[in-house]
Amino acid sequence: MASFQGMKINPQRYHKSQFKFYLVLIPMAIFVALPIIFIVSHAFKPSNELFAYPPRFFVRMPTLKNFTDLFQLASESGIPFSKYLFNSVMVTSIGVFLSVLITALAAYSMSKLKFKGKKVLFEINTLALMFVPIAVTIPRYITIAQLGLIDNYFVLVLPLIAMPVGLFLVKQFIDQTPNELIESAKIDGASEMEIFLKIIVPIIAPALATVGILSFQLIWNDVIGSTLYINDESMKTLAFYFSTLASRTGNTIAGQGVMAAASLISFVPNIVIFIFLQGKVMNTMAHSGIK
Amino acid sequence: MIKKMNHPAWFFTPYVILFVTFIIVPVIMAIVLSFTYFNTIETPEYIGLRNYIELITRDEIFMQYVLPNTIKFAFIVGPVGYMMSFLLAWMLAQIPHRQRTILAIILYSPSMTAGIAMGVVWTVLFSGDSTGYLNSLLLNWGLVTEPIQFLTSPDYLMNIMIVVSLWGSMGVGFLAMLAGILNIDKTLYEAAYVDGLKNRWQEIFYITIPSMKPQMLFGAVMAVVGTFQVGAIGVQLSGANPTPQYAGQLMVNHIEDFGFIRYLMGYASAVSVVLLIMIYGISKVTWSMLGERD
Repeated sequence: MASFQGMKINPQRYHKSQFKFYLVLIPMAIFVALPIIFIVSHAFKPSNELFAYPPRFFVRMPTLKNFTDLFQLASESGIPFSKYLFNSVMVTSIGVFLSVLITALAAYSMSKLKFKGKKVLFEINTLALMFVPIAVTIPRYITIAQLGLIDNYFVLVLPLIAMPVGLFLVKQFIDQTPNELIESAKIDGASEMEIFLKIIVPIIAPALATVGILSFQLIWNDVIGSTLYINDESMKTLAFYFSTLASRTGNTIAGQGVMAAASLISFVPNIVIFIFLQGKVMNTMAHSGIK
Repeated sequence: MIKKMNHPAWFFTPYVILFVTFIIVPVIMAIVLSFTYFNTIETPEYIGLRNYIELITRDEIFMQYVLPNTIKFAFIVGPVGYMMSFLLAWMLAQIPHRQRTILAIILYSPSMTAGIAMGVVWTVLFSGDSTGYLNSLLLNWGLVTEPIQFLTSPDYLMNIMIVVSLWGSMGVGFLAMLAGILNIDKTLYEAAYVDGLKNRWQEIFYITIPSMKPQMLFGAVMAVVGTFQVGAIGVQLSGANPTPQYAGQLMVNHIEDFGFIRYLMGYASAVSVVLLIMIYGISKVTWSMLGERD
């Protein structure tokens, strides 16, 4: 069967028939990676290289000047860089934790428990996969103002915790766990919450890691919260501070080095976490289908 | 206490409260406000369908620039990004694990940068003077005699927005499709070849896509939503809202323009509602094109 191709999915090792894929994938990966490599390179450029003409892609004499300038610039405006960083770390940790917990709880009830309106609720959630937050920025602001949450630390996370995609993914994942596990625990007298904590959570760890990553990206990169819901400068996040750099540095060429340093700082945690958890993400995505 | 937590309400209440407060209520409020005149200071005044009528008949900027821009942007970035995600995932599935992991991380990484963080790259690459990398190259090769104003010229802005958005389009949907392809039962392929499947294209259309339809649907929804969500990019690239001659103005920017710059909240809400309906409609069409669920 010379024409038989299907077994080539997920091959064990390199074969020359795969060469054509690399021919597309590698240039594509380079194209995609270039802007990111550029950021890394630009962030370490001393000012004479930032101003150099013709411009040079790679840094020659790396320096940390852009990073110290970035910290300096924050103190000049009255709020130390460490404060922004602290706010971001706090808000992101609280947000990711709550998001994972609340999503897992809800997903378990949607998958294994019986209650009225469950189907409708999940249908609405699936519909909400299409929800685009920026389309309702204004009513969201009004809601938050009405609730008296303006300038409340938690407003930086609360609107972002309930992620329809997260609930969807975890619910699909729990659907795969056999009911027998739950039934036998029930016979042993365990409550639903005990079953959830002791049996379900360990099984769905990959899906929870995925929700964690998604909510990390959402909260760590969020600028809207600090811009609209918080007036107190000392409560705003790193992402917000970075978003103001263009106007602070007056969009100068020297400012570009500082902005590249900022981009790098905001990007690195995202990629590091993703690299560590990518295996779990792929595991979750296998159950991601809309059925 | 944990030993007594049996009621489903313990589980779904926190999520439902947040979901209703920050997603359902704002959407309903947008719908309600869209029938009012609301300038944030006075109480909203009911004006019926006037915002919608105005949007369709009087708002020349919307009809002439914003709507065509949004449609053009969405109909290129959405399908191209989606097909790119699928094809790249399909190729990745056919190389060994280690290489696949590395390449998949690289391809996924732009979608983690959340646009704003990467702003500086695009402003430097496409800068309108000779220090811009692209201009510098073009000048060097003698293709142009003076630098092109990429980001402030209406001729280029939209195309650059499309390229930048495609660059970041391999997101969650891409990962889902990759996982979907990898999970297809190999015996399906064997059986199909025995039944007379002839080539790679038949294999994709008769086995691969039908076997991972759920992931294809998920990827499609993510592509549609992602496309409409990256709207801020034009404003960010050109540094102005409205964008130069409205060349990069998308619906999201129009909402912001009327809501936060002119404080016409009722009108902005009407645009929001139209946007949400568009996303819903396009997702539905995509679903039916990919085959009905169930």
